[in-house]
Amino acid sequence: MAESHGRPPEPFTLRLRRYDPESGEAPYWDEHTIELEPHRSVLEAILQARDRFDGSIGIRCSCRQAICGSCGVRVNGEPALACHTHLDAARRSARDGVIEIEPMGNMPVIKDLIVDMDAVHWKKIQRVTPWLIGKQPVPEREYLVPRESMVDVTQTMACIQCGACVSDCLAMEVDPLFIGPAALAKAYRFVGDPRDDEHFVRLNDLAQDQHGMFDCTHCFKCVDACPKDVNPMGQIMRLRRIATADHHIVDQNNGERHEAAFASLIRDNGLLWEAELLPRSYGGNSWLGKFHPRAGKELISSLPSIVKALLRGKVTPMGALKPHRIPKQDLKSVQSIYERIDGRDRSSGQRFELNLYIVGEDEPPPPEEPVVAAVVAEAGASAAEPPGGLATEGEQPAEPTSPEGSTSE
Amino acid sequence: MPAHDVLIIGAGLAGQRAALAAARKGASVAVMSKVHPVRSHSVAAAGGINAAISLDDDWHSHAYDTVKGSDYLGDQDAIEVMCSEAPGEVMELEHIGVTFHRNDKGELDLRAFGGASMKRTAYVADITGQAMLHVLYEQLMKHHETVELFEEWFTTSLLIDEARRCCGVIARDVRSGAMEAFKAKNVILACGGAGQVYKPTTNGLIVTGDGIAMAYRAGAPLMDMEMVQYHPTCLVETGILITEGARGEGAHLLNAAGERFMEKSAPNKMELASRDVVSRAEQIEINEGRGVGPNGEGIYLDVTVVPRRRTLEALREIVNLGRDFAGVDITREPIMIRPGQHYIMGGVKTDADGRTAIEGLYAAGEVACVSVHGGNRLGANSLLDTLVFGRRSGEHAADRAAHMGMPEMDSGARLLEDAAEIEAIIERPRDGRRVSEIKNELGELMNRYAAVFRDEDGLQTALETIGRLKEESQNAWIDDRGTVFNQDVLGAIELGYMIDCAEATVISAIERKESRGAQFRTDYPERNDEQWLKHIDIALNGDGAGGPQVSYSPVTITQWQPEERTY
Repeated sequence: MAESHGRPPEPFTLRLRRYDPESGEAPYWDEHTIELEPHRSVLEAILQARDRFDGSIGIRCSCRQAICGSCGVRVNGEPALACHTHLDAARRSARDGVIEIEPMGNMPVIKDLIVDMDAVHWKKIQRVTPWLIGKQPVPEREYLVPRESMVDVTQTMACIQCGACVSDCLAMEVDPLFIGPAALAKAYRFVGDPRDDEHFVRLNDLAQDQHGMFDCTHCFKCVDACPKDVNPMGQIMRLRRIATADHHIVDQNNGERHEAAFASLIRDNGLLWEAELLPRSYGGNSWLGKFHPRAGKELISSLPSIVKALLRGKVTPMGALKPHRIPKQDLKSVQSIYERIDGRDRSSGQRFELNLYIVGEDEPPPPEEPVVAAVVAEAGASAAEPPGGLATEGEQPAEPTSPEGSTSE
Repeated sequence: MPAHDVLIIGAGLAGQRAALAAARKGASVAVMSKVHPVRSHSVAAAGGINAAISLDDDWHSHAYDTVKGSDYLGDQDAIEVMCSEAPGEVMELEHIGVTFHRNDKGELDLRAFGGASMKRTAYVADITGQAMLHVLYEQLMKHHETVELFEEWFTTSLLIDEARRCCGVIARDVRSGAMEAFKAKNVILACGGAGQVYKPTTNGLIVTGDGIAMAYRAGAPLMDMEMVQYHPTCLVETGILITEGARGEGAHLLNAAGERFMEKSAPNKMELASRDVVSRAEQIEINEGRGVGPNGEGIYLDVTVVPRRRTLEALREIVNLGRDFAGVDITREPIMIRPGQHYIMGGVKTDADGRTAIEGLYAAGEVACVSVHGGNRLGANSLLDTLVFGRRSGEHAADRAAHMGMPEMDSGARLLEDAAEIEAIIERPRDGRRVSEIKNELGELMNRYAAVFRDEDGLQTALETIGRLKEESQNAWIDDRGTVFNQDVLGAIELGYMIDCAEATVISAIERKESRGAQFRTDYPERNDEQWLKHIDIALNGDGAGGPQVSYSPVTITQWQPEERTY
């Protein structure tokens, strides 16, 4: 980005998606060419078009520095804050050199680039009991809590409620009732907060809800979309881990069994055994799982998909009956990860976490200054050294405690 | 017609805090805001909130620092209220969920800030305002049964009855364009400052002086309007704010010769002198040819002296701002900054309970002038101001409401008048100037003549030009003819608000013939306590036909006599 600074203004063409609810006409495209330095933002370009050519262009905006969360839009199809997207970068990602700006997805359009966030985003936020239920008695001074825990929840506190993740959520496209990435990240903000007294109630609620934490399909779209590195999907995965591993919540969505099945199949075989995954997720985590009535029911309802997969050659009857094989030493390496995780000191509550929040993404830290939270110890133990063998220099350790899958279709 | 005990205009920290306080007292409460509450500009406050919570601190010390920071123009009784109530207010916010940074013992951590004699700024990384605003909004969601929210409603005027009492407002639903009268026993203005009067400014596009202008037009006096704070560290190109927390964590300011020039004007506090002092020192370096950058119009802020890990954890937001808006990795190289308009110390004159000169009308936060900031606000005192005086206004208004009936007033005429005015703006022929042109000229004008350094000639030029812009704004035209989200027509109304604020600022700056706090007159470079240790009030009397009237009010001094101010 630095190289574009100091360059003189140049023309940029914007193609804006316009919609006037009072006209009775369908949405249409509107093009304007403005002049600005290439590192200026798409928002500044839209405002210049509005100031010079057409004051009726509708967009919410205020701070111009990616903190108020007003100007969520789609730039060339990808969700973004208009104020946080450089013009030269936007032009590079444009199909035909014209920067295309549309309202966010998954929410009804009110006018031009303005969407109805109340109808979707805020409704979902309200779903997760979005306020602290403080431990009693309330102390006279501050609650005494570990330093790391507050840094940790500050990541979700940094959410500016712009809706970019909601705009791009694939699971929500399929299931509009899915609580969604922003609201579940908000839920973590309380579940991760040691001052909150209702962790179990919150987790159980979100685990049992069939549009809840297990509805996420793990597609990473929200992680890419978020302009503030909140990592909503990561927060959802943390909710799942805490619900299953710490609170032993067995949910009606088979989320807990699915995770257990996923983990044990990989431990036993080194690779996923897809044909066994579904019956075990529903019937229980053993070879006998497929004989459980729940699994039978699920198998019958999945027959069309199974037949289709067979016809297209995606699976063969023999392949389905036997697990994939990998070389012995590879299997050993996989199993050593499990041994390390299982062997950790559980009494300390320590959990290996992939948390990139404080790390940033630019470069490996100088060796004399270990960057905080590369491995965060959940219960407040100080940042531990990376588990040897799992991380190479400059990389984050893999996230071995819980190879998540998803129960969503 | 909606009717409430307490109607709050603005949903930033002051407004939301007032709403919670009034609701806890059992009042029926409504909050009206032209944007969704979490978009309010409080969200941009970065560095933290001051409170003497450390066991070796004392609120008197905080109060003294504030008085000194104000260049003795702050009212000491109000400052004592603010500083003595600060610790309780911060603890309250902690209890409802603000994720304040902790020290290794798990207690609130405190960072250094400008003009403070010790570390007393509690913080959430460098998103303190955002964290507080979002947590207060969580509370409003929790209390949705007692606090009614009118989000994206734009207030066009205050309803004042014949006995000069405020009994409601006229507002426009931004989404539908519908106009409605809102009856209320009390109205609390909590709609922020007027930063958009300047260009560039650190303030958001929504910060257009609405509340100040509405109160002024209704006859309430404004106070200290000449006192406009320039923040020492804003990005050169865009005016985006780099938090004072950076200097609090130890960052240096360097001129073109690589010198820490603050040792000339503040040998003890260096970069952590109060903001007016630092901004002036920077402007002198720039004016005398020691600035950095291609045009020599910047100063280097060197954050690389702060340990990188600490920067990434506690100054994360400005790492991102540097990268995204200036192309600089602040953990590796210095970043170019300069002073930029940030805050107005002045506003609607109130007492320590938020009461204005109009019965039933309160003001809290940046819209108000209590005056706790006097000539210069200390960093991290504004969040505190919003909370303490937001709460006090809410409580006082709720108490007042408990002892009175709903005012009877015919608002029909005013409703029609406001609706007709909006129609007239929409219908204006395109033979004048665009609203956006006038707004830009106003901003550049103010940034040139009513900035860090001022003089009579410049201020007179500004006043004359404002007169012309005011006329031009009467027939400035817009494009949008619709009713749904017609932001264009609201922009025309906001322009009127901004011009009123600009005029009050310039008239007050001309009036004050001395240098104090943020007002530095090159033609009167000394502080003159004998003649000017007093507030300048400005008001439209009667129907406003006589134009703005200037008067004075005394500064309240309790225990700290004016002294020479050195850092």
